[in-house]
Amino acid sequence: MLVNYGHIALFLAVAILFTLTTLLLPVTLRLLKVIPDKPNPAKQSTFECGMETIGKTWVQFNFRYYAYALVFLALDVLVVFLYPWAVNLRELGYYGLIGALILISIVVVGYLYAWKKKALEWK
Amino acid sequence: MVLNPGLGMEYHWQALPPDWPGNFWWHWLAFSVIILAFVLGLVMGFIWLERRGIGRFQIRLGPNRTGPFGLLQPIADAVKVLLKENIVPAAADKIVHWLAPLVAFVPTLMIFAVVPFQDGALLADLNVGVLYIVAISSISTVGIFMAGWSSSNKYSLLAAMRDVATVVSYEIPVVLSLAGVVLLAGSLSLNQIVMAQDIPFILLQPLAFLLFFIAASAEINRTPFDLLEADSELVAGFHIEYSGMKFALFYLTEYAEALAVSAIIATLFLGGWRGPVLPPWLWFVGKVVAVFSVMFWIRSTLPRVRIDQLMALAWKFLLPLALINLVVTAVQVLAWPEASLWAMVPVNVAIMAALVVTWSRLLKLGGGRVEV
Repeated sequence: MLVNYGHIALFLAVAILFTLTTLLLPVTLRLLKVIPDKPNPAKQSTFECGMETIGKTWVQFNFRYYAYALVFLALDVLVVFLYPWAVNLRELGYYGLIGALILISIVVVGYLYAWKKKALEWK
Repeated sequence: MVLNPGLGMEYHWQALPPDWPGNFWWHWLAFSVIILAFVLGLVMGFIWLERRGIGRFQIRLGPNRTGPFGLLQPIADAVKVLLKENIVPAAADKIVHWLAPLVAFVPTLMIFAVVPFQDGALLADLNVGVLYIVAISSISTVGIFMAGWSSSNKYSLLAAMRDVATVVSYEIPVVLSLAGVVLLAGSLSLNQIVMAQDIPFILLQPLAFLLFFIAASAEINRTPFDLLEADSELVAGFHIEYSGMKFALFYLTEYAEALAVSAIIATLFLGGWRGPVLPPWLWFVGKVVAVFSVMFWIRSTLPRVRIDQLMALAWKFLLPLALINLVVTAVQVLAWPEASLWAMVPVNVAIMAALVVTWSRLLKLGGGRVEV
């Protein structure tokens, strides 16, 4: 089993190396003067349909999906519990099924409450 | 495409030993090369296929000047993009701007480490394969958010926020519909899930397939759900300020994600490398291309949804159906007699049709109604 994770870790190294090479290739070519490098203020300004951007971008932001994120968290925890159950259901039998149903119904009550409270509307 | 081991046409192809073609290091080297070649080759193929295909759908020719049938177009594009000047906006957060393509692309590539190309022919046969895919595929969202945030552009920031909202919403249907497959197969290892598919799971789990297809295309921002680069409102979305190779990496990520979803669907629902007569890897590639063709067919057919429809579809349609599907599958796994597995196919198709029709009626999704 550890051998497999060793392969995963080594492949991570390959993937990072591959991506870094593709990212750094243009930098090398620029140093070799193959790629042009002529920065100017107009070119480096922020894109905004022909006008100057007004104000900073990193301002306080209305995140409308905060409620979604909370519901997501609850359901994601449910899923974490369901996966091991799903693998072993045949051994666990009906006893395991009823246990999982109780767990699911608790979360579903919360989900229906969120729906009822209009937390799932994009306003 | 009936995969019946009783026909005796399968299993001529021996399973590869776990450390093919030699020891630990050779296995790593061989499969690193195979995965990179597979991803880059098929991504280039997909770009060509999609541009030509969509050209045909829109009654025009598509790229046809470079090489026969325009086959060399992706290569010409790659060279062009390599020779572009690298422009970083003055207001951008430079380090994050540089790192974003890396963070987006590497996890996408990592998904293919557990996808079997043939019996036993995969880099690492993890016994938690499905969980690994679910976990690692969400990381590329961080890369896209980094790109949108660091560009210091209001459109990119909006796009990045939308992407996070989409992924948060669609993650649950994706994971729950995969749990249905896990229930049937009784394993999380992708190779063993393929082995378990004497009947392809698309027939036994039609609802899970439908939900996974929709939710996964939303999560990788394919066209009916591509709100984060909705050209008519956000110009180009999170990659407005990207040019040259960094832009190319995002483009590559987008298609590699489409490839990953096609490969996962082919493996978990269509029987992976299994099939008669032809060599297994050819079956696998054929199924991947077939799934991708359906994806760009959908892209050229359906118009883009609105953001409120996008969220409503995830939370009020896909999620409840995925939960129902999970419970129904669990009961079937325990109660259904093993011998008459084929009888489960019409039953499940009927359940799917009934659920989808009732739920659409219930929510009045579509038909010009605004509220859903």
